Amino acid sequence: MSESNLTEARARLWRPAPLLPKEDERDGALVFVVAVLCFLACVAALAALAADRAATGWRGELSGEVLVQARPGPNETPALAAERAAAALAGVPGVTEVVALGRSEAEALLEPWLGRGGLEDLPVPQLVVVELDREAPARRGALDTALQADGVDAVIHDYEAYLGDVRRAGTLARAGAVGTAALIACAAAAVIAFATRAGMAARREVVEVLHLSGAEDAMLARLFQARFAKLAAVAGVIGAGGAAVIAAGLRALSGSGGFLPILPVDWSDLPWLLLCPLLAAFIAALSARRTAMELLAGFE
Amino acid sequence: MVGPGRNPARYEGPAVRFENVGLRYGRQTETLRDVSFDLEPGSFTFLTGASGAGKTTLLKLIYLALRPTRGLITAFGQDVATLPREAVPALRRRVGVVFQEFRLLDHLSAFDNAALPLRLAGLKPKAYRDDVGELLAWVGLGERMHAMPATLSGGEKQRLAIARAVVGKPDVLLADEPTGNVDHEMALRILRLFVELNRLGTTVLIASHDQDLVRQSGKPVMHLARGKLGPASVGRAA
Ligand SMILES: Nc1ncnc2c1ncn2[C@@H]1O[C@H](COP(=O)(O)OP(=O)(O)O)[C@@H](O)[C@H]1O
Ligand SMILES: [Mg+2]
Repeated sequence: MSESNLTEARARLWRPAPLLPKEDERDGALVFVVAVLCFLACVAALAALAADRAATGWRGELSGEVLVQARPGPNETPALAAERAAAALAGVPGVTEVVALGRSEAEALLEPWLGRGGLEDLPVPQLVVVELDREAPARRGALDTALQADGVDAVIHDYEAYLGDVRRAGTLARAGAVGTAALIACAAAAVIAFATRAGMAARREVVEVLHLSGAEDAMLARLFQARFAKLAAVAGVIGAGGAAVIAAGLRALSGSGGFLPILPVDWSDLPWLLLCPLLAAFIAALSARRTAMELLAGFE
Repeated sequence: MVGPGRNPARYEGPAVRFENVGLRYGRQTETLRDVSFDLEPGSFTFLTGASGAGKTTLLKLIYLALRPTRGLITAFGQDVATLPREAVPALRRRVGVVFQEFRLLDHLSAFDNAALPLRLAGLKPKAYRDDVGELLAWVGLGERMHAMPATLSGGEKQRLAIARAVVGKPDVLLADEPTGNVDHEMALRILRLFVELNRLGTTVLIASHDQDLVRQSGKPVMHLARGKLGPASVGRAA
């Protein structure tokens, strides 16, 4: 290739330098702060998804069965009372299976609340587990009628109340997570607004010369907007990556069931984290633009 | 060759008109009082006055970095007080400014500095690459176009600032003490540059307290003293 061809090729490749000076050290700290915020937002989002899944899971289990506690009559052993209750409920439409629990099974059921052992002297209630048809579960009223018809004195544990509690807890957890994510987004916007302010103050001479050379406000704002959007996207990738590592760890630890009592994370949650860099960039761009336009309005 | 050209706008009156303009910084006494003058299109005028007389202030009023506290300023027939903000950038692009302290952008090469107004006007690099190269050669910076401002001498910075001011072919060129940082030899070279630009049609206003240069130019002079503009005079031809 001849000398002039080389010069020509180089000239064609030439691009003007960016109008704003390259990033300086301060940006490292800003990336860190935004990355931490993104991480927290991702954890909150995962928690919301997990809470939702947990609530659904509990609801499913609870609505699938009903516990009945038989009260023995004056001349009756508790075991016999349980047998009679089971017999009364067995024929009810919508009931698939009825099991009167033995003493040891009942103790096992109560163990989470009362602890192991020490139950020997206590009158452990006789429990009957009624499995309901998931498609057409028996209504509570039908169970009551059947028990009364056979003259069994029994208490049907009110799962509807539990279900309501679970539903409320799930809603609360979700609302909490959404609120937390919203707060974090606001904090991120505020951080970017501060950074834009600081960036424009540090680059005041450049901005002023561009302004006096005929740059439109919107064009100047775009410079800061693009810069902070890029920065937030990078921070979003870092933050979401961190959250993904932790979520994947939790998921792996919880085994094939994927049902860790506190945070049932699922592999299908992870793709949602991809939204984080996009959202972070969007929020940063919006905030930087707003702040820049506001400051530029003060320029004569 | 990039020579400054006339903007095609069909306005025939003075490029800039001041009518009883006053300017006060904060609460101090007026820096400019009852300043009235016309800059006719294609004219070449010097603005003289002692340091602190208000020369820079007057130029700032023209390039809209300051608003007058009273009086009327029109640029190309438009009252700048009623000009909407969106219209200001376009008007600024018709006015080239050589700032007293150059105000070159340190992170951009000489070439990118000179090309700045064209870039801000939305031109693509391909469209202005050759023109800017020619302009830089014309002001004697052909060999220095990839240099960063920090490595340029005072005279080179001065000529780069001039190149940036004229690259967009402005209708009006304002220069604030453009020979303040250079020796007499360089001052004469720069003066010849301005005369050449003016010959090609640009209205030129130069603030200077270099009496020798003003005398040598033989151009009309507006003199500022105690905030007021004295009667116009003419520098003696060299
Ligand atoms: N931004 C400012 N705030 C307050 N006073 C100013 C400002 N700029 C200039 N002045 C004052 O206005 C007067 C004129 O300044 P200037 O226009 O810079 O004069 P010159 O360019 O002729 O030396 C000076 O007394 C100066 O102190
Ligand atoms: Mg001055």
